[in-house]
Amino acid sequence: MEIIQHLLDGFLVALEPMNLFLVIIGCAVGLFIGAMPGLGSVNGVAILLPVTFIVPPTSAIIFLAAIYYGAMYGGAISSIMLGIPGASTAVATTFDGRPLALKGMADKALVAAAVASFAGGTISVILFTAFAPPLAHVALSFGAPEEFALMMLAFGTFIGLGGDDIPKTLFSIAIGLVMSAVGLDILSGEPRLVFGDIPGFFHGINFLVLAIGIYGIGEILWTIESSRGEVAVSQAVVSVRRVLDTLRELVKSLKTIIMGSLIGFFVGLLPAAGATPGSIMAYGVAKTVSRDPDSYGKGNLDGVAAPESANNAASTGSMLPMLTLGIPGSPTTAILLGGMVIWGLEPGPRLFVEQTEFVWGLIASLYVANLFSILLNIAFIPIFIWVLKLPFSILAPVIFVLCIVGGYAPTQDMHDVWLMLLFGVVGYLMRKLDYPMAPMVLAIVLGPLAESSLRQSLLQSHGSMMVFIERPISGPIMGIALLLFVFPALKAVKSAVARRSAGTGGEK
Amino acid sequence: MRRAELSMAIVLAILSVYLMWKSAELPIGWVKGDGPGGGAFPFWLSLVMLVCSIWTIVRWFRRTTPQSRSTEPYFDSQSLSLIILVVGALVLMVGSIHFIGVYGAIPLFFVFYMRFIGRQTWTKTLVLAVAAPVFTFFFFEILLHITLPKGATETLFYPLYDIFM
Repeated sequence: MEIIQHLLDGFLVALEPMNLFLVIIGCAVGLFIGAMPGLGSVNGVAILLPVTFIVPPTSAIIFLAAIYYGAMYGGAISSIMLGIPGASTAVATTFDGRPLALKGMADKALVAAAVASFAGGTISVILFTAFAPPLAHVALSFGAPEEFALMMLAFGTFIGLGGDDIPKTLFSIAIGLVMSAVGLDILSGEPRLVFGDIPGFFHGINFLVLAIGIYGIGEILWTIESSRGEVAVSQAVVSVRRVLDTLRELVKSLKTIIMGSLIGFFVGLLPAAGATPGSIMAYGVAKTVSRDPDSYGKGNLDGVAAPESANNAASTGSMLPMLTLGIPGSPTTAILLGGMVIWGLEPGPRLFVEQTEFVWGLIASLYVANLFSILLNIAFIPIFIWVLKLPFSILAPVIFVLCIVGGYAPTQDMHDVWLMLLFGVVGYLMRKLDYPMAPMVLAIVLGPLAESSLRQSLLQSHGSMMVFIERPISGPIMGIALLLFVFPALKAVKSAVARRSAGTGGEK
Repeated sequence: MRRAELSMAIVLAILSVYLMWKSAELPIGWVKGDGPGGGAFPFWLSLVMLVCSIWTIVRWFRRTTPQSRSTEPYFDSQSLSLIILVVGALVLMVGSIHFIGVYGAIPLFFVFYMRFIGRQTWTKTLVLAVAAPVFTFFFFEILLHITLPKGATETLFYPLYDIFM
């Protein structure tokens, strides 16, 4: 019961007037930053980190964690209302959130996302509180082969479950990974794929440049063409009754939400495989176990609930290795970790012994941040729906300008703005031919880690691929991943056999 | 649509070969003591890209993809001119940022897009053309401390920096 005592002490810290105020401001800022296409929790936390030097470390991390949390909620808002993920963590939310909005059920999708986020956040914080030490111990045994196997699993879900043209999906994954390799080679430090020493390529291709290009510029071009400049604005009615109706409907999604939370939490735990693959895996699994998988991608409420519960759970999960081991579980926690060093704290297991106020104040603040995020999120729904009701010839230039400024902000390099424009137009042309774009964006985000874990694994095994199969944890993960890769081929063979035995003749 | 499918696959195949060639500038094999060379990862993935593109071309000849059977045009003339107009406006805007800065380019873009493409009223157009850069300035430069490119208009902002920063 020592944990309960610690948690109560933590609440005393989190509920101090200044900390409570910072949580509320942090959640509100996070919601808006998350909702803006191009700015995600990473940008928000990175940009606002220097601002926090005026308050004590405990208040500072509480504020930044609230932004992280709020951004996880906020990402869903633009995924649903604009079809543009506000952050990479909300990519999977567009799959069903956008179709729901187009059907005029944007409010449903938004409430579902908020409730799933709340549930995911709460479930994972409880898990965090109860199992912190033993779970951290498990994650500690994960090496490079396990990380690589996990990433193969994430890509495998696209091949096996994506339902898009297989060669085009595979192409999309490969080109995303190649783009992530642009810049300085992580191990040797040599420049590669800099295309005739163009200086802008030396810092690599920021995933935001591709993501904003494709989901911002490309998406708007797509919308302009399909609507000829005017969007048929979906009617979105918000009322207390509709919110309550949605809540009642969400009871059916409870299983999906719990499953998404667990997947998100455990994937988030792993150093650097955070909320993005977690939410995409949760979506994939929800679709596979569903009784009605065909309704996914067309506006299934479960398809919103699964990734949204997972990405919030993952953001909590990713803080666990950061706090207990000093290893960031996500890019955002990497920045938080950097902040801890600047604040004069030594990250690692000793924090739990020496800085109990800091650790438990942060954990307790996550409960509080969750509560305020869902309240603010639902309260702001009318504002976001008002945004969608604007005529498209007003909304389009606003989004274009946001994309361009957002594309410039992370690296502050005009080169990236041009690249983003290029990706947007080319991505749009490819999308017209059914090249799926989500695997490409996922691949460029995961690319650097995929490469380093692959190279480290092969280095450990002296070039033997068996390292992925032989290890007790990576083996089964890799097995499932490979199964997903060959799944479509098996299905094709099976249907061909079935056709032949039915006597309808071969495919002509 | 048929022609577009084949053209895209061929262009992507050429891109793959180009990327393979560029990746091969670094060692792509096993470097003793260092594991796989720096070029290995992009090289083999570019090969995957090439295989996928050829696979798509083969499927085009066998007419297995929906696009290779489609008789619909890739673009109809009306949407093509609209898309060219919008993309052209975007290119001009980003290009002009180098000279007149974000705060010169944004209002011009709004005026062009809303008034001449969207046919909105002058009042709405001007309100947004003024509000957008003002909001951008306060949110990005003041709140988030991201300095946006200003081109030749840089000097005009010195008094504003003095007041707000």
